[in-house]
Amino acid sequence: MTDMKLMQGNEACAAGAIAAGVRFFGGYPITPSTEIAETMAKDLPAVGGHFIQMEDEIGGMGVVLGAALAGQKVLTATSGPGFSLKQELIGYAACAEIPVVIVDVQRVGPSTGQPTSPSQGDVMQARWGTHGDHPMIVLSPWSVRETFDATVMAVNYAERFRTPVILLMDEIVGHLRENVQLPEQEKIDVYTRRQPTKTREQGYQPYKPEADLVPNPAAFGTGYRIHVTGLVHDYTGFPSGSPAVTEEFIDRLHKKIAIAQDEITHYDEFFMEDAEYAVVSYGGVARTAYEAVQQARRQGIKVGMVRLMTIWPFADKVIEKIAGKVKSILVPELNYGQLVNEIKRAANGQCEVKLLAKYNTEIFTPEEILSEIEKLQGGSK
Amino acid sequence: MKAEIFLKSERCKGCGICVAFCPKKVLAIDALGRCSIVNPDECIACGQCELRCPDYAIFVDKKKVAK
Amino acid sequence: MEDRIYEKYFRQHRLPHIWCPGCGNGIVMKAIVEAVEKQKLNRDNTVIVSGIGCSSRASGYMDFDTLHTAHGRAIPFATGIKLANPKLNVIVITGDGDCTAIGGNHFIHGARRNVDLTVVLFNNSIYGMTGGQASPMTPVHKKATTAPYGSVDRPFDACHLAEAAGAAYVARSTAFHVQHLTDMIAGGIARDGFSFIEAVVQCPTAYGRKNKMADPAQMMMWMRDNAVMKAAWDKLPTDKRDEKFPIGVFYQHEFTEYGKAYNEVIEMAQGGKK
Repeated sequence: MTDMKLMQGNEACAAGAIAAGVRFFGGYPITPSTEIAETMAKDLPAVGGHFIQMEDEIGGMGVVLGAALAGQKVLTATSGPGFSLKQELIGYAACAEIPVVIVDVQRVGPSTGQPTSPSQGDVMQARWGTHGDHPMIVLSPWSVRETFDATVMAVNYAERFRTPVILLMDEIVGHLRENVQLPEQEKIDVYTRRQPTKTREQGYQPYKPEADLVPNPAAFGTGYRIHVTGLVHDYTGFPSGSPAVTEEFIDRLHKKIAIAQDEITHYDEFFMEDAEYAVVSYGGVARTAYEAVQQARRQGIKVGMVRLMTIWPFADKVIEKIAGKVKSILVPELNYGQLVNEIKRAANGQCEVKLLAKYNTEIFTPEEILSEIEKLQGGSK
Repeated sequence: MKAEIFLKSERCKGCGICVAFCPKKVLAIDALGRCSIVNPDECIACGQCELRCPDYAIFVDKKKVAK
Repeated sequence: MEDRIYEKYFRQHRLPHIWCPGCGNGIVMKAIVEAVEKQKLNRDNTVIVSGIGCSSRASGYMDFDTLHTAHGRAIPFATGIKLANPKLNVIVITGDGDCTAIGGNHFIHGARRNVDLTVVLFNNSIYGMTGGQASPMTPVHKKATTAPYGSVDRPFDACHLAEAAGAAYVARSTAFHVQHLTDMIAGGIARDGFSFIEAVVQCPTAYGRKNKMADPAQMMMWMRDNAVMKAAWDKLPTDKRDEKFPIGVFYQHEFTEYGKAYNEVIEMAQGGKK
């Protein structure tokens, strides 16, 4: 292991990106994500990479997609207002199957909102922000150390599935400082983008999927002369107006993620063996929930916790299973209630699902969550 | 005839640019709205038609004179 | 028939193109590949990047690595490509709406930043793909579906804009002046920095028909009669300028190209240069 370091979540994100092979960052300054850009500006050229500050958030998204098409691993970072602006080209990346990681360090919204205050208000936007049907991989870390791992994972997934991946951070984790020990570079699992296996002469088709439903469009400048477009296209990469091609295309975009869902779904279970109640939580809020659950256990309450790191695709099976075991699920969220509706859907009426919402710029205290856990005991069932 | 004119009629959209810029009235738009060669002998191989054809539908080669 | 060099640069199976009868876009597309040939660019190291609109459909017909991006965003994508792989020659194809309306911010900052790109703007004075709405380059009093009484918006002069924003090379030509246009584009390709070439093209369908000039040849004759070479234009008295407009190379300057400037940053960050 490397030396112990005091690090901020945003810095760990930048370090993870570089460890995963990211050599290109384009973006626009926005609180509370700016330290990611600042760290990249300092550290990327040191490894021969490029940092570029663009004229706006959309430009920041466009420039990284261009670099990705030229073969680089890329990342951009933003917060709510910028995330809204980036949605156009997040959809482009989904359609043209360009690997890219977008970090959204959430703050209170809507609009300019409360710029430096923590929130989890972009959970649904991360899934559905851009128009049209598309899948999305969204990871939400709960510690500085995990931010490093989640960033590596996000880059790997983007490259492997050729899709945009959202690293959904929050201001709690982004600005948190913790002592961390990062792994040695050789110990980090880094995915290398697949290359075409056929030549032009052998009938190479850039958007023809392999067995895993992921195609291998060649990097620009490698002699394949491919065409990339945000229009619906067939295996050749050229636009097609065919209903059959369109249906297969949209279907494949979803299925390439769906068939790998079990592998992509990362979560922790704590004290669930004998739990009668569960707290389901994610991101920075999960830290408080964890403390509250431990306090409740000390009081003899049989409560457990599930901490979701993968937000999308949603962990349906995990929630369905625990909903069949417990009497109630408590969902504390720093928003008006977003992921709770997915949890209700997956619980499918097997148990009560209760929201604890907070959206006043303050984070939860363990006492607030503990008090709700205590109330669960008097609940239904 | 100083030139050979080739038409790729499947590309021609009948815009009439070649007809308008031909200094010798070699070309005309036919009844079906496509370019046709009506006075081939008048062609001086100036290439104005090919130069401005937006559809790459007309090509003019200077005739090679046997030596 | 002798082989045409420009034909080898097109994806033959994609032709004929979608542009309307008489549209000038095909002429400019040919001028671009002629300029590529003239500058002897390695085709497999040349990328064509376009935005959205009539102009931007060109990328699909050109046999290079080609990228049809989103509306207005061609320049940021092109910037990423060039920086990620500096050995690539990157040519951007855009239109008056794509470049100066929705892509306006990227355009001026691209010019300021000075990455080695060659940007060719197909100026047809209208949004053609969507059926003839006014663009920021529609001349005053000309009609469009969204300016049914004639446009009252003051138009951009994209060449002035590019120059003021810091472009390294600025030129204009027209679909009538095909060889001149080819030379203007070739000059842009040769320049190490952000080059901008405005190509005035006719849109008989969406623009001409609404403005008493439905015949494409007539529109090209208008270009012939009103385009004035820069040297002559500079001497032309203001009261004689009327509908006339200048063509030629308006501006060129050596600035440090962005990628080369950034190479020094890399060197410093790696502890080489102080």
